[in-house]
Amino acid sequence: MITFAIGLSIVLLLVILFLLFRIGTLASIFRGSTQRAAGTTKTSNKVNSLLMLLFLIVGGAAFAWSFADAWDDMNQPIASVHGAWTDSLFWTTMIVIGIVFVITQILLFWYSYKYQHKEEKRAYYYPHNNKLEIVWTMIPAVVMALLVFAGWKTWTNITSAAPADSVVIEVMGKQFSWLVRYPGPDGKLGEANVHLIDATNEIGVDFSDPNAMDDFMPREIHVPKGKPVHLKIRSRDVIHSVFLPHFRVKMDAVPGMPTKFWFVPTKTTAEVRTETGNPDFNFELACTEICGRGHFAMRFILVVDEPEEYEEWLASQTPFIEQNPQLLTKFTLDSKDQVVLKKSTEEVKTEL
Amino acid sequence: MSSTDISLNKDVHHAHEEHDHHHDQNFFEKYIFSQDHKVIAKQFLFAGIFWGFIGGFLSIIFRLQLGWPEATFTFLEPILGNWIVNGKLDPEFYLALVTMHGTIMVFFVLTAGLSGTFSNFLIPLQIGARDMASGFMNMLSFWVFFLASVIMFWSLFLETGPAGGGWTVYPPLSALPQAISGSKGGMTMWLISMALFIVSQLLGGVNYITTVINLRTKGMSMTKLPLTIWSFFLTAILGLLSFPVLLSAALLLIFDRSFGTSFFLSDIYIAGEALANTGGSAILFQHLFWFLGHPEVYIVILPTFGIVSEVIATNARKPIFGYRAMIGSMLGIAVLSFVVWAHHMFVTGMNPFLGSVFMFLTLIIAVPSAVKVFNWIATLWRGNIRFTTAMMFAVAFVSLFISGGLTGIILGNSALDIQLHDTYFVIAHFHLVMGAAAFFGMFCGIYHWFPKMFGRMMDEKLGAIHFWLTFLSAYLVFMPMHYIGIAGFPRRYYSWTGFDAFNTFTDLNSFISIAAILGFAAQLIFLFNFIYSIFKGRRATANPWHSNTLEWTTPVNPGHGNWPGEIPAVYRWPYDYSKPGAPEDYIPQNVPFSQTQSSNLPYERDLE
Repeated sequence: MITFAIGLSIVLLLVILFLLFRIGTLASIFRGSTQRAAGTTKTSNKVNSLLMLLFLIVGGAAFAWSFADAWDDMNQPIASVHGAWTDSLFWTTMIVIGIVFVITQILLFWYSYKYQHKEEKRAYYYPHNNKLEIVWTMIPAVVMALLVFAGWKTWTNITSAAPADSVVIEVMGKQFSWLVRYPGPDGKLGEANVHLIDATNEIGVDFSDPNAMDDFMPREIHVPKGKPVHLKIRSRDVIHSVFLPHFRVKMDAVPGMPTKFWFVPTKTTAEVRTETGNPDFNFELACTEICGRGHFAMRFILVVDEPEEYEEWLASQTPFIEQNPQLLTKFTLDSKDQVVLKKSTEEVKTEL
Repeated sequence: MSSTDISLNKDVHHAHEEHDHHHDQNFFEKYIFSQDHKVIAKQFLFAGIFWGFIGGFLSIIFRLQLGWPEATFTFLEPILGNWIVNGKLDPEFYLALVTMHGTIMVFFVLTAGLSGTFSNFLIPLQIGARDMASGFMNMLSFWVFFLASVIMFWSLFLETGPAGGGWTVYPPLSALPQAISGSKGGMTMWLISMALFIVSQLLGGVNYITTVINLRTKGMSMTKLPLTIWSFFLTAILGLLSFPVLLSAALLLIFDRSFGTSFFLSDIYIAGEALANTGGSAILFQHLFWFLGHPEVYIVILPTFGIVSEVIATNARKPIFGYRAMIGSMLGIAVLSFVVWAHHMFVTGMNPFLGSVFMFLTLIIAVPSAVKVFNWIATLWRGNIRFTTAMMFAVAFVSLFISGGLTGIILGNSALDIQLHDTYFVIAHFHLVMGAAAFFGMFCGIYHWFPKMFGRMMDEKLGAIHFWLTFLSAYLVFMPMHYIGIAGFPRRYYSWTGFDAFNTFTDLNSFISIAAILGFAAQLIFLFNFIYSIFKGRRATANPWHSNTLEWTTPVNPGHGNWPGEIPAVYRWPYDYSKPGAPEDYIPQNVPFSQTQSSNLPYERDLE
């Protein structure tokens, strides 16, 4: 019954609107405005050009207000060295384009208002001015050159080789969570292979590699403040992307192609908690490359410790293989099988 | 309608005079399998509008989810069926929605609907040709597109859903049916549909290029062409060079999906088993895709550059400022569009040195784009502007193009792209610069050439209401998205509430959704105006906008062959508006200089 009533009222509304439209059309025929060239009707030109001006003023004010209002929410805390560089470059560029934005929009709408159609007036025949064209080609060219230079310098710094003393962490994306591996005391990550993956050994670490024996896989990432952190990024199924919004870090995790990103954290989790006044604040790792059903839920926590806290945490970790010793037995068997398998395929090849 | 038919038949007779015999066309030849460029243009237009409403409707559904993530949408069950589980949108269906929204809008509306309509309609009419170089190929182009449309539309109704890996369909997600249900039958149909779509684009593109080069009327040199034709010409060249690359990517993906090859697959463990694929590169697909994908955004926006230039000049009653600079900047943009594709891939792990090269090339594009904007504004300066609906859309186009284009300077900078890549900042950027702006260009074209297409005028008052609601909602939707993007909100997220970093801006997201619904509703006004005016609109005169270009020298309802008599010759450029000394404020291209002694410039005195 209610649906029927709603339907009926919508139909009635449409009928009324249609009648209004017909009346308007007939009235304009009666007034003779249909005899004039399109777009030269006095009132409609006046109204529309005035609306253009109004759009500029009200729209500009609304934009400025909403921008200021959203300011606090849109600025995520920065917690890395290069994050400060990119943020300052971002806001510098924003100011440059902001100036162009304001000037061009004002001219566009002001001219629209000012040069609205008038019966007695005639437009100014002004087909070209080469000097003007050169000027307004050169100015953006110079500005672009400066921006390219600033961007190139920052980009080269960010993507330079990671320092040798970095904390190395492997981050692996999978549907739909992150796997993290530390190299342990020897500082070397053991070999891994996608064919060794099973329910326990989710990264597919090759435990016949001695470097793998002390590798550990924590449930949170911990990094020390002030030291370079080198993320070695991989994926085991589809493309994911490591995004650490507070560190201005983003790098795709691509199956079959390891990638990397290094950065230096500048604030501990505790420091940001006091800074933002939010006792529950945590650095988060999110996925930014569409990867399936759980794309929006690939959350992982990253904790920045003071260096000494970090050392304590490191010391408290036990190697993965110590937690899962049963893997080792299964693993050696597996690798023997593989060797056999390899041999037999080689034999087949030579026979062929 | 009967009077229209009579004139059509008469013109058909004329055009075929040179043949020994002619036959009357039956209904199918005239309206369905027509080889007349004007009918084909209308077919593309109707198809484009249909797809536009589908694509818009899909975006409304996912905006509901984003605006009110906690709400239950049981009322959508009648349309969406099992995609709504306990009042909640299925997350994979959400991804399918954004995928199909992107595919439909970029390819089916803003490529086929836009180029298909206006290149087909305007090229022969504005260069002074009876029809396209090959009417048959032109017809084929539409019907292959139609087939592609049917397949894409059909995929919406599959039980496993349409393609769901994003409109960029990056493998391995799109290659592995285990990864997402959208990569099952939906993805297969997506690939087949796109392969057909590309065939249609190539058939159309070859025709546009050939027609512009070979069939220009007497006197119509390349430097007397309206900017519309220049833009369609360059668009067709871009399409011809880039679409085959997408076809190759699609074919390789089909091989990976169905025939066990490993072009894009390597070292994958999924659904409890390690796959045998090895040695492929997922990044290779991205290179191939964006080698089309980037020119594609210019394929979308270039035609509207032409349309808007034409409409602004006509309605400001002024010559377009810097005609040659406008052509030069379009050429520059067209060339550069081929060497910037990797700016979509700064954070894919590509060599950082390549990143710097592509940053440099990308930011150069800002220069010709800026020149275009300055020229449009200079055209308005001291004009005598008639605010027809088309003109308002043209002015708004420039505004949106500025707003969206400027943020491209930020995203093209690889260092800044690290934080902003795949966030709502990108969404805001491209929706303004190539989404909303291209739509505004398309509306501008529809309102402007409607009288030539259907012999009647669209209602200007309804047009104004449609314009203001659309313009307002375009800004209300996409401006706030910048804030959300600066905060780092990732795109293609079903919901952000799981993250502490992204649980702000809930009110703003509801606001955006409301504005989107308003914008969509405003399009119903357009639809009514469009359909109503085809049948009941005010009858148009032959040249209602007092325009200079050749299409306005045809009869109100141009028949097959376009001009009943001889094709007019061209003597001057198309922008002689408000020339001092001329009695009227426009001089059509087919008026010789010998007839306009009073307004001729010194160097024009001795011209024909």
